[in-house]
Amino acid sequence: MTSAIVVSGLHKSYGSTHALDGLDLEVATGEVHGFLGPNGAGKSTTIRVLLGLLRGDAGDVSLLGGDPWHDAAKLHRRLAYVPGDVNLWPNLTGGEVIDLLGRLRGGLDEKKRDDLLRRFDLDPTKKGRTYSKGNRQKVALVAALASNVELLILDEPTSGLDPLMEEVFRQVIEEDRREDRTVLLSSHILSEVEALCDRVSIIRRGKVVETGTLSDLRHLTRTSIHAELAASPNGLAQLPGVHDLDVEGNRVRCEVDTAQLDAVMRQLSASGIKSLVAQPPTLEELFLRHYEDDVPAESEAAVR
Amino acid sequence: MNDFVGTGTLVRLALRRDRLLIPIWIVVFVISAAGSAKASIDLYSDQNALVQAARTSNASPALVSLYGRIFDESSLGEVSLFKLTAFGALLVGLLAGMLVVRHTRTEEESGRLELLSAGVLGRYAALTAALIVSAGTVIVLGLLTALALMGSGLDTKGSFAFGLMWAGAGLAFAGVGAVTAQVTESARAANGLTAVVLGVAYVLRAIGDSSADGSTQWVSWLSPIGWSQQVRAYAGDRFVVLLIPLVFLVVLIAAATALIRRRDLGAGLVPPRPGPPRAAASLRSPLALAWRLHRGSFYAWGFAFLLLGLLVGNIASNVDGFVTSDSAKEMVQKLGGVEGITDAFLATEMGVMGLLASAFGIQAALRLRSEETALRAEPLLATDVTRSRWLGSHVLMALLGTGVLILVAGLGSGISSGASLGNMGRQVPRMLGAAAVQLPAIWLVTALVVVLFGFAPKLVTGGWALYGVFLLIGQFGEIFNLPQWMINLSPYGHTPRLPGGDFSVTPVLWLTAIAAALTLAGFATFRRRDIG
Ligand SMILES: Nc1ncnc2c1ncn2[C@@H]1O[C@H](COP(=O)(O)OP(=O)(O)OP(=O)(O)O)[C@@H](O)[C@H]1O
Ligand SMILES: [Mg+2]
Repeated sequence: MTSAIVVSGLHKSYGSTHALDGLDLEVATGEVHGFLGPNGAGKSTTIRVLLGLLRGDAGDVSLLGGDPWHDAAKLHRRLAYVPGDVNLWPNLTGGEVIDLLGRLRGGLDEKKRDDLLRRFDLDPTKKGRTYSKGNRQKVALVAALASNVELLILDEPTSGLDPLMEEVFRQVIEEDRREDRTVLLSSHILSEVEALCDRVSIIRRGKVVETGTLSDLRHLTRTSIHAELAASPNGLAQLPGVHDLDVEGNRVRCEVDTAQLDAVMRQLSASGIKSLVAQPPTLEELFLRHYEDDVPAESEAAVR
Repeated sequence: MNDFVGTGTLVRLALRRDRLLIPIWIVVFVISAAGSAKASIDLYSDQNALVQAARTSNASPALVSLYGRIFDESSLGEVSLFKLTAFGALLVGLLAGMLVVRHTRTEEESGRLELLSAGVLGRYAALTAALIVSAGTVIVLGLLTALALMGSGLDTKGSFAFGLMWAGAGLAFAGVGAVTAQVTESARAANGLTAVVLGVAYVLRAIGDSSADGSTQWVSWLSPIGWSQQVRAYAGDRFVVLLIPLVFLVVLIAAATALIRRRDLGAGLVPPRPGPPRAAASLRSPLALAWRLHRGSFYAWGFAFLLLGLLVGNIASNVDGFVTSDSAKEMVQKLGGVEGITDAFLATEMGVMGLLASAFGIQAALRLRSEETALRAEPLLATDVTRSRWLGSHVLMALLGTGVLILVAGLGSGISSGASLGNMGRQVPRMLGAAAVQLPAIWLVTALVVVLFGFAPKLVTGGWALYGVFLLIGQFGEIFNLPQWMINLSPYGHTPRLPGGDFSVTPVLWLTAIAAALTLAGFATFRRRDIG
């Protein structure tokens, strides 16, 4: 499998802010890759380096097999970008902007353009300054999605869309995936990531802290267990991966690292399971863990 | 009273944002006034020379229509400052109007005001705050000017009349800015409209002042700049005339608040019309986009330059008809005869056009930075467009635009002076040449913005500061006895004085070469820097 994007050890500082601190990222050709992280984690910065708008201080970046800084314009023919903040020229209409950006990229798919305008319910005759935030975003989305490019780089493309339009966006990306297009999708909307992405990378403070398929990541989360046993349990506290253990007579509640589930279940069944409720991990939990501040994370590490 | 909630906060915010801009402008005005006063006081040590100079000026229709009439030919203060009366009032008006637009429509357009309005902000808060800041600025400017003029030795009453008539013009145009900011949807258009009103006001007073038999003198009274002249500082000090701009301001504020009540936040008075759903086939390159973005302001400037050119040429050709007194005839003879004096006037005015055209160049080049910070450059640079192509598109607009503008002014003045002097065939090429020699200096100043944009984008508005320094050096360098090397810093000082003067190709080549080098340096540094 080839990679559309390979980033390794990327550093980028703005003055004293170290925005990227040794970032590694790999996006395989043909996949939809989610890019998640709290505000200010460095998602937009990474994307700007990928587009050759910023120059990394150190590290290697390869985009569609080229160097985005040196071959910027050449590579840009093969990709389309939707920025996080879309500003339009006040006196150009949305339709004009879509055509202009499409032509500068080397051409638009006319059928797709019409189809997308209809599906996104966008009026192309309005002037840039009169669009709402969501509609500005739609202009940028139509301009990008109506081109037949290999790679889509989308920086929080749905941040201004209403739920109906977000659903349209999902369908369109779903169709693009079938056409083997590669998508890098930065987003804060977990359901969107869950619905669309083959793999995700979670960035935090300029570093990718987790990367993998969603089921890989689920593995890293905890399953919560409520059990009623025949006898009071023993040895549970000593097992690795057991957290927040609360034993009341024969009742047990605890959180278990998903990877350690098997050992814990053996231990429980040794005491005879009468009833069991196991709650699968939610993605929210995983993300929230990474989105949280360093403070709890560090104290947790200290306890271990 | 809820309509005004938050005004204080906005005033503080505005003062914080403009903590450099406002003091710099005030200092420029104060220095200009005090400098002119000092220079003239040194020059006219003898009363006869003073009266002589005043009569010559009043006898020249060119000077009268450009600067206005001297009411009291024996007043040291008035003769010293008459060139800054109407012209200074124009500039103070520009400052005041732009300050109001900057803190109302610009904010609204960028959406920042929406952010504020979501909190607790009365609907008149932004306008009130902008008016307070603008009015406060021109009043302080007027008072400090008065003090500086007293300091240079002029009488107290006249000095206050002078300072306050400047402030009066500022107040009137603060009101104009308040209205234009409501009428249009973009700050650019609001500023443009304010500038048009200023231009009209200046022309009205020129008509009134040039009235030979006094029959059209009343036209001056239609112009806020005319009101400032009619205060007659150092020549009667009619403070009561200042009531007119005050009443004018109150009326315009009432109009602006009525407009605010009738419109939505972010909207203008004129409802937006839908545009084409598809781009024209020609809109397919950064250059086509740049033309689209610059053309509105270019057409407006072009029209103004054509009018200015025609006007200046026409004035210049009238010189001899008005030189009637013997002493004036003698003076004209000393200056090289009628042709000499006509040429001298035209050369001076061409220099002024060069300064004005530079302002277009600076503003056009600054568009690069505003496109970048508004994040509109990013989506373009994420397409097949290289950085040089994008940069080049706007630089070309700035350089070609200034070129066309100055040639249009040259053509206009050539045609009108040629037509009335009866030697069109000679005058048109002469004036086109006089216009063309202005270009290297204009390009150099524009190129300074380009190099700043590449090298230190955050300091790019420093282009205006450099421009201001060059202006001050040109106007006052010699008056203040600045060392020659400093005077030489201003590119405008190296432009040959045409028509009539000596043409030497060396400074023209040097200016062009430096402009080219700066532009190339701008391209080289922009290719290497981060966008954003
Ligand atoms: N032009 C800039 N100058 C200085 N610091 C910057 C600049 N751009 C970004 N930063 C800083 O770099 C860090 C990363 O910012 P970035 O925009 O990449 O975050 P992000 O992950 O996209 O956040 P968000 O989810 O809010 O979009 C932040 O600390 C931000 O403050
Ligand atoms: Mg971002």
